[in-house]
Amino acid sequence: MGASPKRAAGGAGSKKAPPAAQDAAEDCLGLYRTMVLIRHFEESMRRLAAAGETPGLVHLCSGQEATNVGVILALREGDYIASHHRGHGHCIAKGAPIDLLAAEILGKAPGICGGRSGSMHVVDLPRGNLGTNGIVGGGIPLAAGAALAARARGTGEIAVCFFGDGALNQGLLHECMNMAAIWSLPVVFVCENNGYGEFTAMEDVTAGESVQARGEVFGIPSVTVDGMNVRAVRAATLAAAQRARIGEGPSFIVCNTWRYGGHHAGDKQDYKDDEETKRWEAADPLITFAKTLVDEKRASRDELAAIEAEVVARVKAAVAFARAAPQPAIETLEAHVHG
Amino acid sequence: MAETITFRDGVLEALFEEMRADPSVILMGEDVGAAGGVFQQTKGLFEAFGARRVIDTPISESGAFGMAIGAAMAGMRPVFEVMFGDFMTLCMDQLVNQAAKVRYMSNGAATVPLVLRTTMGVGAGLGPQHSQGFHAWAAHVPGLKIVVPADAADAKVLMKAAIRDDDPVLFFEDRQLYAARAMARDADETLPLGRGRILRPGRDVTLVAIGRMVGVARAAAEALAREGIEAEIVDPRCLVPLDEALLLESVRRTHRALVMDAAPLRYGVTAEIAAMIGEKAFDWLDAPVARLGAVDTPAPISRSLEPLVCPTPEKVAAAVRAMM
Repeated sequence: MGASPKRAAGGAGSKKAPPAAQDAAEDCLGLYRTMVLIRHFEESMRRLAAAGETPGLVHLCSGQEATNVGVILALREGDYIASHHRGHGHCIAKGAPIDLLAAEILGKAPGICGGRSGSMHVVDLPRGNLGTNGIVGGGIPLAAGAALAARARGTGEIAVCFFGDGALNQGLLHECMNMAAIWSLPVVFVCENNGYGEFTAMEDVTAGESVQARGEVFGIPSVTVDGMNVRAVRAATLAAAQRARIGEGPSFIVCNTWRYGGHHAGDKQDYKDDEETKRWEAADPLITFAKTLVDEKRASRDELAAIEAEVVARVKAAVAFARAAPQPAIETLEAHVHG
Repeated sequence: MAETITFRDGVLEALFEEMRADPSVILMGEDVGAAGGVFQQTKGLFEAFGARRVIDTPISESGAFGMAIGAAMAGMRPVFEVMFGDFMTLCMDQLVNQAAKVRYMSNGAATVPLVLRTTMGVGAGLGPQHSQGFHAWAAHVPGLKIVVPADAADAKVLMKAAIRDDDPVLFFEDRQLYAARAMARDADETLPLGRGRILRPGRDVTLVAIGRMVGVARAAAEALAREGIEAEIVDPRCLVPLDEALLLESVRRTHRALVMDAAPLRYGVTAEIAAMIGEKAFDWLDAPVARLGAVDTPAPISRSLEPLVCPTPEKVAAAVRAMM
């Protein structure tokens, strides 16, 4: 059997990244608040899915908050992102109002896309979000293309594409990395490696000793970071974004992370090993960052609890709004197929 | 004598004019830049507009076309060239799952204003993997617009309209028409997509023809006229949106319709148009709507077999006689 890439729980993998320090511009409570918001939003969606209130499939990102927030809060307004099927956290970090996002996931009229698209197809272009995506790897060329547009215009935006370890084996990724490299496009490739593509372990279907080598082969500066550590993710993104902004082209960031809820809401996760689950849960991005903030005396436990209470209230209100919202009017069925 | 242009140069003039007028128009494709296109169909654009707007892509149709979609969502108007229509299959996920659905998925807030131009056509010995036309496949996908120009002047105005359109437009160019000349039309003339034209008036039968079939229909109509049968030729120009009103108006006058295409007959565009006429003009028909298409096989390269694939003027005339 050939070698396959390894992931360490709560760590960067075989290549040890330097410990991430706080940078001058870091809004540490903002990072914390956004991660907590995503967690509570996702857990609310899990309950709604279990109750049968969410049409279709819902893929939750609880456990991956540090990769969502560490990357997106390092960007500027106007920058683009392209997300994937596990994309609620990306939408929230990019500024989507959670009441409208919840309404979209429930297929309700006030949803971001009029309730017609749902969890996997949220396109939120006014906020630079090229969309969550139902096709594995589908967002990769969209982000690279937005970067191409920015370069052609000379307007200075950059683009980030998020994808999971499942997309590592899509040819599209390799095509786009090659083009981004030859054209020095301002794009950052971010692999949120949560260890499983649907129900299959990443190692079982992914050849080679390292994931980041898949960027290095194109000459793209590539790094592996602890995807449970929001500061590590943020630091890597700031470096990559800086390279993109000054015309030095693409970067590749591999974030080792963990999805608590399995592939989709309701996944029983029989394929996971209990010990492995315990190791990753001990590295929970919210718990570890809360401890860091308290240890560094940036916030007290009480202040963090107050943030969480405020977030819980916001999510509760958003869910109530979405549940009470009307269904799309039947005459909108065929709207917006063509202009 | 007024100026004439070739089909190839009609499209090229449209690209020059639109790229000059709108800096958001960019061109992407294999060998479209410094090489000027494998059919010389993009000659001079690279020199005029530079490498940031005339972009030679690697042979990565899926990724490169996906990037054109992303660029379109981010405000550009890309024209993406797929050298041979058969290679469109490599772009299918991007075309069907991304480009076609973005406007609908975003509830109208995002658009994909791009043109995918590609060549097609049996007849140059190019064989099974370099001859096919996928306009029928594409027309089945909600969210795409489909243009099949029949002559040089139309190719120019329709390409300009396609570039200015805010939806993804597929522009199918029959290579057999590339060198054909037509009268040039006014540089500023544009045409909204979805408006067909009557090319030859006639009282006895409506011949619905797109692309190269327009020429075939003309030859058949001349032969039929010698027998006293006056055929009307209608070129819809666009399959989506389809000028149903023009087609129905013609059929209600002639009471007969023959629909033809140079792509395989089975489940093709002729079936859709014939069904539409049957549903909406049944009471005016004096004969069942007839169809002609290519044989349902891949395109052979052999000089004895290849000419048998597509409808000929003789087959068209014979089909009309059978309806009278």
